[in-house]
This record gives sequence, C-alpha cells and structure tokens, in this order.
Amino acid sequence: MAMTSSRTAVVTLPTDRQIQITREFAAPRQLVYKAYTTPELIKRWWSGDRGEVTSAEVDLRVGGRWRYVMTANGGFEVAFHGEYREVVPNERLVTTEVYEGAPEGEAVVTHIFAEKDGRTTLTILMELPDRESRDAVINSGMEGGMQESMDHLEQVAISLR
Amino acid sequence: MARAATTTDAFNAVAEPRRRQILDVLSAGERPVNDLVRVLRLRQPLVSKHLRVLREVGLVDVRDRGRQRMYSLNGHPLKPIHDWVKTYERSWSRRFDRLDVVLEELKETKEDNRGNDE
Repeated sequence: MAMTSSRTAVVTLPTDRQIQITREFAAPRQLVYKAYTTPELIKRWWSGDRGEVTSAEVDLRVGGRWRYVMTANGGFEVAFHGEYREVVPNERLVTTEVYEGAPEGEAVVTHIFAEKDGRTTLTILMELPDRESRDAVINSGMEGGMQESMDHLEQVAISLR
Repeated sequence: MARAATTTDAFNAVAEPRRRQILDVLSAGERPVNDLVRVLRLRQPLVSKHLRVLREVGLVDVRDRGRQRMYSLNGHPLKPIHDWVKTYERSWSRRFDRLDVVLEELKETKEDNRGNDE
C-alpha cells in the first residue's frame, strides 16, 4: 500500500548552533545506509544537481576518515572531509565534517536511520561551533542556489544565440 | 552577556531560545504578560525585556484590553528567515531526489536476489 511520502527535505534550526535535516525514503534503512556509505553510490547522489562527485573515500570505522570531492557546475572544486566517531550499521553514524574552503568551522554530524513499515526516516543533525559557522553553512546553500540559477540563465542565453 | 544587535532584525531576535519560546506560546493565541511569566517560569522583568525586543522587530503586537496588555504573534518578519532556510532546503531536496533513484535500483537488485538474501 503506497502511502504518500514526505519527499521533501525539511530543514529546521533547533538552536543557534544547529541545523536539522529530515527526509523520508521509500526504502528499508539498510539500503539507505548502504547508499550513504558506499563510495560508488555516494558518487551518484551526493552532489545533487550542483556538480559531479569526482572522488568519495570512505573508511567506515570509528576513527576512520572520509573525504568527498565535487567539481561544481561552475568548474571549481569543492571538498569536504571528516572522521567517523560512531558507526552503528543501519542505525546511526556520527561524523565530523569540515568544508575545506572554511576549515575553522568543523561540524559534528549525527545521522539517524529510523525504519517504519519499510520506509526510512533519515534525520541529520549538524552542530557547528558557533552561530556564525552555522549561518555560513546555510548561506552556502544559498550560494549554491544562486549558482544554479546563474547556470540556468546561461543555458537560456546560449539557447537564444 | 550583552548582545548588542538583538533588536536589529528578526534573525537576531529569534536567536535567543527564550524569545523563541515566547513566540511558541503566542502562536496559540494572544496572552497577557502574566500568562507568559507562568508558562515560561521566568521573572516578569525578564519576560518584559524579551517582549520589548520582539516588539521592536515587529514579531509581537500589543493591545490594551481593560487593565491588561495583550501580546500576540505577528509571523510576517519571520518570512526572510523562512526564505533563507528554504534555499538550503532545496539543495538537500535535489540531493535526496538523486538518492531516491539509487535506492530504487538497490531495491530492484535486492528483489532479483530474493532467496539468497537473508
């Protein structure tokens, strides 16, 4: 019985230093976890439509490192890295996350994979060192959005030539 | 712990957890200050101080009802915050839309392997 899913990500700001992202998936949690932690699969979704993932390194164990590199649509490289702090397969992942363009704002990111009736709710809680870093993360989404609009505009302009 | 910029805009005004609590209470309807004091378990001067900040950025309206001053929520100044977060939300939505495609494929693979799987 297909239920209507809440297929949109919901972002809230629980405190000054936090960002929470929630999304439901029509798949059991071991698959969501697999797509989240397998390099070949990460490469297929992580960039959204903001570019292409050129590298995804995952050393999935406590103390292990991860690093993702994306070539954004504008041609520049964007890289993130961090360390796994807690790894509970199919249930919970706690990582650190650093945007290499702003290495002072290290985030601690908790992922919770909760399954109900074959569907998975993924909750991602990002905790930043201070409000300025938190706001910078939100702003990065805004810049990304701007970039996308500019790209669209460019495509429209090209098509008009 | 003085924060100079609290009254400049709604962003700063809602950065304070107590003020967000006040907005939560007022979202259910207008209240006199004594109600807020009771619900939030704060001293009245502190509640009044927060209400003053919220009024200055236009998040809270006040009217006199007899001898009481009634405070109510005006959500309009929150829209820029909502819009700000929305853009970030969209970039995650696009990412997750692609994750959906990956998951559909994983589900098919799993069904193909049914019998071998657990």
